[in-house]
Amino acid sequence: MSDLGIRNLFIIPTLVFLIVFNIFPLLYSLGYSFTDYRASMNDPVSFVGLQNYRELLADPAIWNNFTITAKYVLMSVTGQVVVGFGTALLLNRAIPAKGLLTTLMMLPMMMCMAVVGLFWQLLYNPSWGIINYVFGTEGMVWLSDPDVALWAIAITDIWMWSPFVMLLSLAGLSAIPPSLYEAAAIDRASRWFVFRRITLPLVSPLLLIAVIFRTMEAFKTFDIAYVMASMEETELVAIRLYKMAFNEWQTGRSCALAYLMLLAVLAITNVYVKYLNRIKER
Amino acid sequence: MAIVQSRASRWWNRAAIAAALALLVISMIPLYWIGSSAFKPRAAATTVPPTVFFTPEITPFIKLFTARVQQRGERDEAAYAQAPWWEKLVMDSGDRFIKDDKGNIEASGYVARFINSIVIAVSSTFFAVALGTMTAYGFSRFRMPGEGDWLFFILSTRMLPPVVVAIPMFLMYRAVGLVDTHGGLIILYTAFNLSFSVWLMKGFIDEIPKEYEEAALVDGYTRMEAFFKIVLPQATTGIAATAVFCFITAWNEYAFALIMTNKNAQTVPPYIPSQLGSGLTDWTVIGAGSLLFLIPVSIFTFLLRKHLLRGVTFGAIRK
Repeated sequence: MSDLGIRNLFIIPTLVFLIVFNIFPLLYSLGYSFTDYRASMNDPVSFVGLQNYRELLADPAIWNNFTITAKYVLMSVTGQVVVGFGTALLLNRAIPAKGLLTTLMMLPMMMCMAVVGLFWQLLYNPSWGIINYVFGTEGMVWLSDPDVALWAIAITDIWMWSPFVMLLSLAGLSAIPPSLYEAAAIDRASRWFVFRRITLPLVSPLLLIAVIFRTMEAFKTFDIAYVMASMEETELVAIRLYKMAFNEWQTGRSCALAYLMLLAVLAITNVYVKYLNRIKER
Repeated sequence: MAIVQSRASRWWNRAAIAAALALLVISMIPLYWIGSSAFKPRAAATTVPPTVFFTPEITPFIKLFTARVQQRGERDEAAYAQAPWWEKLVMDSGDRFIKDDKGNIEASGYVARFINSIVIAVSSTFFAVALGTMTAYGFSRFRMPGEGDWLFFILSTRMLPPVVVAIPMFLMYRAVGLVDTHGGLIILYTAFNLSFSVWLMKGFIDEIPKEYEEAALVDGYTRMEAFFKIVLPQATTGIAATAVFCFITAWNEYAFALIMTNKNAQTVPPYIPSQLGSGLTDWTVIGAGSLLFLIPVSIFTFLLRKHLLRGVTFGAIRK
């Protein structure tokens, strides 16, 4: 077989597979987003043009879902960066059994989000939860208090995903040449100066990758929030989409919302891949 | 770092290590809670103050694997006397087994879900890694017009929110009868993992020197033979790491499983939360089910520890 033949044999099945099971369904739902189709009924489907999009964009409830999602992204990504980068700074030195220590710290992010979210319900339980006991916040109903629930979910997410930021930050920190620090020590530079002028600039490319990736994942969050709480104040866009499509069966409308979400995700993906390729070239 | 450490920097070091250890302990508490709940007597799982030390029991695991109902009224003492030890444990906790006409104990829903999880995760991993390795080789060794765009396209399929893809997939699956089938989920997970597998494997294959194959080609191997006999053996570590990552992703996936299955092909992640009743939840059984489900992933994390960084960056950062 010629090289060209082998190349096509190796590459084309994957492309076809992805087109059939990802692109084709998306075209299918693009079509439905212009209709009033309801998958639970056999009513005739009629073309409604841009009506779904117009109504969604004019609906304050949907904007509220996006606002909640934005808040959630901000809380959980900021938390992850602070905790993750902080831990990396602590770990960036000679520590006995460092490999074991970091691997143990990495465990939460490898776990099943739905199962973890479920179990945090027990930790947050107002009467016998360990969190109220340890912090002395007796009677605090974390997951059913509209003001607190989103924070409670974000805290679980921070627990789970700080190790991700830590992993990337550690890689960045350990790649900084020690000679830079030695030079700074000879010049009697202050700790803050060293951090500001050496550590931070050299870690930032990897830290940025971590932030973009976590932002994207937080924006898409479904599992953990859906399992942990069910109230208006914690209804992220993905949860609204799920309910619209599979509880209310507004198929056409949900396809339109899916497209709004998709555009946002693709925009972030584009930025992410740009930075990923930049790192790769180094 | 400077070789001669000042007293202040030694102090800093010790404080940092202590702080890191404290963080580790804090982050391990939720995991300890899951693990310990799996061995608690039922009453000890939800106590005020929370029970930290207790005599471990195996009862939650027996309950996890068997179909039971709550014992109502008087217990049949004659049956209790004859029952094997594991049945006695369940009876002691106030439950009794559901038995068929022949007196056989029925398996709980968890057993079937666990088998589903294994079958679906293993099969989808196999397909994703097989296709991904071939495609990665194709991109690594041959010129392809618009290569960067194709690779971006492949990666972008990974970023699609599951719920977005699930809506049209559900309609299509419903039309062809793939809803709640193993095949349906295997296809979805293969598609989801394929892009990851291509990117990660491309990183690994790029590292294998081309000269090995070229030498083989000069010796009269065909391209195919060179791929199977030279490249694949060199890529074993990469294939193993990729496979473990794909397995973990499929094993943990929740949204697709929630939407596409309800019984026959349901996996563990949507099943465990569905067991949360109102008020009467037996957290020891949920703990046992969760622990058993999390153990494989914990073991794999240790096996993968050298490749974690590479895995979470789609192969972009190699170390």
